[in-house]
Amino acid sequence: MQIDRDLVLYLEKLGRITLSEEERAESMKDLQDIVSYMDTLNELDTEGVEPASHSFPIPNVMRADVVTNEANVDAILSNAPEQRDGCFVVPKTVE
Amino acid sequence: MNFLKMGALEIGRAIREKQASVREVTECFLDAIEKEDSIYHCYNTVCREEALQRADEVQKGIDEGKYTGPLAGVPVGIKDNICTKGVKTTCSSKILENFVPPYNATVVERLLDAGLVFLGKLNMDEFAMGSTTETSATGVTHNPWNLDCVPGGSSGGAAAAVAAELAPITLGSDTGGSIRQPASFCGISGLKPTYGAVSRYGLIAYASSLDQIGPMAKSAEDCAALFSVIEGKDEKDGTSMPNPPFDFAEATKGDVKGKKIGIPEEYIGEGIAPEVKDGILKAAEQFKALGAEVEFFPMPSVKYAIPAYYIIACAEACSNLSRYDGIKYGYKSPEAHDLMSVYVKSRSEGFGMEVKRRIMLGNFVLSSGYYDAYYNKALKAKKIIQDACFKALETYDFLLGPVAPTTALKIGESLSDPLKMYLGDIYTVMINLAGLPSMAIPCGFDAQNMPIGMQLIGKPYKEAEILSAACAYQNVTDFHKKSPKN
Repeated sequence: MQIDRDLVLYLEKLGRITLSEEERAESMKDLQDIVSYMDTLNELDTEGVEPASHSFPIPNVMRADVVTNEANVDAILSNAPEQRDGCFVVPKTVE
Repeated sequence: MNFLKMGALEIGRAIREKQASVREVTECFLDAIEKEDSIYHCYNTVCREEALQRADEVQKGIDEGKYTGPLAGVPVGIKDNICTKGVKTTCSSKILENFVPPYNATVVERLLDAGLVFLGKLNMDEFAMGSTTETSATGVTHNPWNLDCVPGGSSGGAAAAVAAELAPITLGSDTGGSIRQPASFCGISGLKPTYGAVSRYGLIAYASSLDQIGPMAKSAEDCAALFSVIEGKDEKDGTSMPNPPFDFAEATKGDVKGKKIGIPEEYIGEGIAPEVKDGILKAAEQFKALGAEVEFFPMPSVKYAIPAYYIIACAEACSNLSRYDGIKYGYKSPEAHDLMSVYVKSRSEGFGMEVKRRIMLGNFVLSSGYYDAYYNKALKAKKIIQDACFKALETYDFLLGPVAPTTALKIGESLSDPLKMYLGDIYTVMINLAGLPSMAIPCGFDAQNMPIGMQLIGKPYKEAEILSAACAYQNVTDFHKKSPKN
């Protein structure tokens, strides 16, 4: 698998991050090394193997639909970079 | 009485027997931290005032019979990715540098119920992504055995604090070796419990299917004591399991007579430093002398554990870290004005390079066109690795091997080459993929006097068995009693 600049730019977009040109060049090389190493998995015969999820079987975990958490609004909002009138402030998203 | 040199259970005993007050002990550690932590940088946050106030409360509780457990009054340090109500929890990341959780992790609630006293929050690789603590936004932690070396990671602060005698016991977390490898590099004991044995509620997520919280201490016995406090089903974590009851007496019996121990040949094959290999083989001889049977066996799937692990871990990480949006909590770029720039600028300025790398890798393996070739392939490899582990544990009571191929590396050695850092996780990541418990304990020193660690890998929910084996080993050896501070 070849990692090129376009792919790195696409991955930045998917991850909602942006790199400097220098970081981008470095990432291309690092990602290439890592992905080439990940390609060793191709040697492994996985024909007919079911993909694993959990290590141990876990049945559906359900609880009664009852609210148990406290309305801890002030403590929660105190972590927001911006808040007003008991709400998070977000940039305008709809014109 | 020099509390700094004492184990957690010993301190608890001294307090119960009124040879020491909780305040005296707490103050002793706080003073040591104040005096010496500038050398090591184990702590991101020290809770001096809170700890002293809590010490008095706990003393009162002990005197009134409210706290009767063996760790009541014992100070504890907590890795900085475990939420503590009202105390900053940063994951050693700029993006969470001012985050104050409005709630406690379940393990923290359990420590409170058992009467422990929090000293502070411990340094780590940013979001637990790293094996050296060098990716921390607050700076590297120095290995107390050699300040030019890394303490390992990601729970580097938690391991170094125990080794440097700045906490008798700590809580770390292990996604691919993050408790065991720093324990090994710093010459202490650490337990990565079975997946589901300890609640992850309030542990800031890295890779949710692999993350697990566990104890780190001077001895296996102390680890057993802290594990018995934190283990057990929690309604708030759907993956936590109703474990079979943990029997502390059984776990500290120190018996391996008649046990069958398997050493995967690949664990002492290519790539391992000769001195580490020698340490493991000597430990195997010691177990034989204690009455266990030791055998070597092939486990070819070991080779695929690192690629499978990094694919799965990065995939989960990129999903988990999508919550950092500069709006609900965490860093927001002052330059950001429209919605997309709030996301992109806040995340780009808030995350370090290793975190960005793993977000990109995760997005790569999950993106359309690559999903089957990478992510799905890794899940199949995980299945093969799990089956190989479970099959081996049908033959053997537990597995023995090194924790890392080398002793602690020099600071700066692996930071420039991320793949090299990933390859150092060869012996630890398989255990997380299989969800098994594993205990790391010291088993020797190399020519530079740096600690060598081994791990004992057990059957699911058989923490008591590997703890007992570790206790048996520590009853007849003194590697765990060595200190870098003499």
